[in-house]
Amino acid sequence: MTRDLWRRAVSHTIIVLCGVSVIVALIPLALILFYVLAQGLTSLNLSFFTEMPRPVGEAGGGMANSIAGSILVTLLGALFAIPIGIMSGVYAAEYAGTRLSNATRFAADTLNGVPSIVIGVFVYTVAVLPFRRFSALAGGLALGVMMIPLIMRTTEELLKLVPSTLREGALALGATRARAVFTVVVPAALPGILTGILLALARIAGETAPLLFTAFNNRFFTTDVRQPVSTLTVQVFTYAIAPYEDWHRQAWAGALVLVAMVLICSLLARVATARMEKLHRGS
Amino acid sequence: MFSRSRNVRPDEIMFRAGTGAFAILLIAIVVAIGFGLTKESRFSIVHFGWSFWRTDIWDPVAGEFGARPFIWGTLYSSLLALVISTPIALGIAIFISELAPARMKRPLVFLTELLAAIPSIVYGLWGIFVLVPAVRQLQLITPEWLKSVPLFTGPPLGIGMLSAALILAIMVIPFSSSVAREVLKAVPQSQREGAYALGATRWEAIRMALFYARTGIVGAIMLGFGRALGETMAVTMVIGNNPQISLSLYAPQYTMAAVLANEFAEATDDLYLHALVEIGLVLFIVTLIINGISRMFIWSMGRQKRPRPAPAAAPARSAA
Repeated sequence: MTRDLWRRAVSHTIIVLCGVSVIVALIPLALILFYVLAQGLTSLNLSFFTEMPRPVGEAGGGMANSIAGSILVTLLGALFAIPIGIMSGVYAAEYAGTRLSNATRFAADTLNGVPSIVIGVFVYTVAVLPFRRFSALAGGLALGVMMIPLIMRTTEELLKLVPSTLREGALALGATRARAVFTVVVPAALPGILTGILLALARIAGETAPLLFTAFNNRFFTTDVRQPVSTLTVQVFTYAIAPYEDWHRQAWAGALVLVAMVLICSLLARVATARMEKLHRGS
Repeated sequence: MFSRSRNVRPDEIMFRAGTGAFAILLIAIVVAIGFGLTKESRFSIVHFGWSFWRTDIWDPVAGEFGARPFIWGTLYSSLLALVISTPIALGIAIFISELAPARMKRPLVFLTELLAAIPSIVYGLWGIFVLVPAVRQLQLITPEWLKSVPLFTGPPLGIGMLSAALILAIMVIPFSSSVAREVLKAVPQSQREGAYALGATRWEAIRMALFYARTGIVGAIMLGFGRALGETMAVTMVIGNNPQISLSLYAPQYTMAAVLANEFAEATDDLYLHALVEIGLVLFIVTLIINGISRMFIWSMGRQKRPRPAPAAAPARSAA
């Protein structure tokens, strides 16, 4: 009898511990969100978005150039990654089981596991070193390399979810394979693919490490892709490790913008996914 | 299969070649990373050979480069992070997949995935201004008798190995727990029912499921390890960036990723640059191996679907 009691006690204890571990993990999340909100909101104002950084000692100023730079670099990355990601995803889904399809999937998973700083080093060797110049283009390339596997895997998985009857119907009507894929199958999966791209963009826009020595930094506003460019994340890093109070405030404001962006994208994606799920259940 | 038919139509060939070219491009990028890193680290590889990894002195001015402190810092911080994060990640996975009521599951999954979605730089900023002062307070109240233990020697700086390990643990939890959760989901319900039928308590049934899923769980933990090894910004900001080998949790140390982040843009001469690229190359190879093994473990669970290394990146899975 005592053995039974003991077993039940152990069971209850461990169940409670599992619940506790959830709370333990959510405490840092709550703390981070709290500090970013509390510190960020007091530092964030309109001039953060519209003004240029001021020199040390002068209060105020903003990160207009960094925000523009982040958008520029992220878009360059997307421009590079979306075609490669979607097309290789189409191949992997359409020719699933072939050796190249498996190899592509393996390569994408590998690329996804490569530390972002290593991708930065690689892009430095191919896009900075030969030209002896940091550039927005190199930064975009680094972010693009990080985005490709995300988009490829999303595309592949969503294409596989499209009912095969749709594809077969198109083929039965005499459509070529390309036609069936690009006018029937891909459009059916498009909302999901776009959601995936949105999330990939949000994740990539928050990257710092691959930009440190590709896009580098720039005190001025530029849209020239051959010039080094300031980005929000690198600027937050620069400000955070500097010894000036005022810069720390700017860094918190930058962090708030980053977190808000990630939160909004995640929520949007969640809503979109829920709606798609309803659609699937309806059909 | 259409692709296997004997007389393939030309448009089929074009489609296959067109999309296949992009697939090959993706593979080529991965190969190019390995090749490019090797090529740009050749001076260092030739000049130092294996002694690069056995030397403790890192002096760019004198042209002396030894990477052992960075290897140590990377491995030590990642292992500590695993020790902290593994029980918590498993607890979360068990709670969400086995214990939580159905309507609690989705919000909990969302919240843990949010932890993965927060940019590294934000973790770093929070680390510098909130975590490090807290750790310093903790170090200040270290009891005297504990200070002679090698783990707790040194001045209470706040910045150092303990802060780095803590922040890494927080960042790794969502990755391990989401994979562990999916692995647990793949355990057949009959396993648990069998345990219950034999009179098992709830925990004993869960233990059966954990045992059934053991390879996948090990894979999940290793995936987290791979993440921790390559994590850069947050670690760089709190670890102290001091190339020394120390067991002490209070000592400021350095990691491979952090030295790249700090020194790469300033590397002026070729040997310095190549030494840094070599560190990147080794980081690349090590994460490649760790991720490869962890994927093998997770696959061997017989799951049809792959692990989701980036939980926040594609929640579309749940639409299935």
